[in-house]
Amino acid sequence: MELIVFVLASAMVLSGAVGVVMFKNPVHAALGLVLTLFGVAVHFVSMEAHFLAAVQVIVYAGAIVVLFLFVIMLLGVDRAEDLTIEPLKLQRPVAAVLGAGVTVLVAGAVVRGADTLGRESVVSAPGDSNIRALARSLYSDHVLAFELTSVLLIVAVAGTVVLTRRVKKSEG
Amino acid sequence: MLPVPAVDPVLDTDSWWWQPLAIVGLKVLVVFVIGLVGTMFMVWFERKIVAGMQNRIGPDKAGPFGLLQTLADGIKLFFKEDLIPERSDRFVFKLAPFLAFVPAFLIWSVIPLGGNFTDGHDGTVEWFGQVTRVQLADPPVGVLLVLALSSIAVYGVMLAGWSSGSKYPLLGSVRASAQMISYEAALGLSLATVLMAAGTLSTSGIVIAQDRLTDWHLLSTGVVPFVVFLIAMTAELNRPPFDLVEAEQEIVGGFHTEYSSIRFALFFLAEFMNVISMSALLVTLFLGGPQPLLIGSFDLFAVLGPFAGTAWLLLKVFLFLYVYVWFRATLPRLRYDQLMDLGWKVLIPVALGWFLLLAALQLGRDNDLSQVSYVGLVIVCLIVLGLGYLLFTAAISVARRNRDREGAAY
Repeated sequence: MELIVFVLASAMVLSGAVGVVMFKNPVHAALGLVLTLFGVAVHFVSMEAHFLAAVQVIVYAGAIVVLFLFVIMLLGVDRAEDLTIEPLKLQRPVAAVLGAGVTVLVAGAVVRGADTLGRESVVSAPGDSNIRALARSLYSDHVLAFELTSVLLIVAVAGTVVLTRRVKKSEG
Repeated sequence: MLPVPAVDPVLDTDSWWWQPLAIVGLKVLVVFVIGLVGTMFMVWFERKIVAGMQNRIGPDKAGPFGLLQTLADGIKLFFKEDLIPERSDRFVFKLAPFLAFVPAFLIWSVIPLGGNFTDGHDGTVEWFGQVTRVQLADPPVGVLLVLALSSIAVYGVMLAGWSSGSKYPLLGSVRASAQMISYEAALGLSLATVLMAAGTLSTSGIVIAQDRLTDWHLLSTGVVPFVVFLIAMTAELNRPPFDLVEAEQEIVGGFHTEYSSIRFALFFLAEFMNVISMSALLVTLFLGGPQPLLIGSFDLFAVLGPFAGTAWLLLKVFLFLYVYVWFRATLPRLRYDQLMDLGWKVLIPVALGWFLLLAALQLGRDNDLSQVSYVGLVIVCLIVLGLGYLLFTAAISVARRNRDREGAAY
């Protein structure tokens, strides 16, 4: 049962990822990204991380990709662009080398860390302890990082508002 | 793997025989039928009540009191020609109605539809010798699932508008997604107060926490989050007076302008089903779901025995369905800047301030403060909130003055 779920979810993730790269229409690529994110959410559920799964869907699928789509639609880049024209000549070979390198690194990390994975688990008690455990570590051990992140977000929002406001010279 | 409570106690059983399958199958069927029949009823109900309020008769030809009018309309829609605009993105155009329709159904799966929650009962019932709940699934993240589903519903509207390849739908969908995203923040903040009061995310846990009338979150969180939730929900559902998404005078039909036949019917169905399922969510969160409203010790639906909870839920949901129709019949549509002002400058600050106040009070209660220091805590909270309010109004008025001076027009 677990294997079936794993295979299906992985198929979702991979086909979505391939779609993001291969689709010529940016909106379709964004939809591929949504598929990938859902696949990851399914993986989270199958590993009993319900909270992460819900947040994955709410934040990534529900907010971030919607924002992507918003930008794509408003800027009108939804016409398939000519992919044969290369702005940077070296781009593709370098991307291939980097991709292969990252794959090898991740595979190596998984092989070396195979026996340490699964040794620790957040799931220790039934119920919504999942959420409690997360809250406890967020608001005790990592509270500084947490607060700094919120400051970063506020600064980003305020900065955007300040930068995009055009101050007109008043005549008086 | 460590054992984690299943989304339904019936799945925890060791003896897998026909009972669990039958129970789950039955529940799926019931949820599906409720969705469809409820929607059919809601369309009729709305037309009839609006007609009454406008001194008309409304549908009265098909069936008794015109009850079958929706069915007739549905059959008619099925046989209409299905048009797909030439400039549309065909795949996305076909996908969008389902993205709107499926989440509307799925919300029902986490709403407790009945069962006995009184006097500390946990709402479980026994069917075919198996313990289960009268709800399709009770995941530990119950309410978050609803939020996730409503954020998926945004895709339906957005993609429908974009894929039509025409300007009015695109305008409608951009409006819709901006509105839904803005009001989701207020919705989430008012919902967070309920979650804090109940101490759990699971919908059945929230109902269990509302055992007595004074524990109903409508009262125990103060009425403010309820009001914010009601307004934000109306905006989230694109119902009047927040139906700028389909403002006929400005953008024809909004995101579903280009849709016809059964695809349009799916959008239509999804809208009405969302009204019902979000009303049910509101009742679950703030009015105790299937909890009875006792007058002394008199239970209005006591004669129904095990179905009393369901009857109470239906009664409360009805109340809100009527309120929505009432909104539609009496309130004029907001202007777009009024909509955004209300969302960002009123609802979100109010919900956030109220949430912080309740959090501080909860903290005081958890730490067993003495009477005196508790009063002190309340005073400090009120001072902080007052200062925050003053700062906020000052900021708004400064911004407005600057805007006026620059002569910005919008």
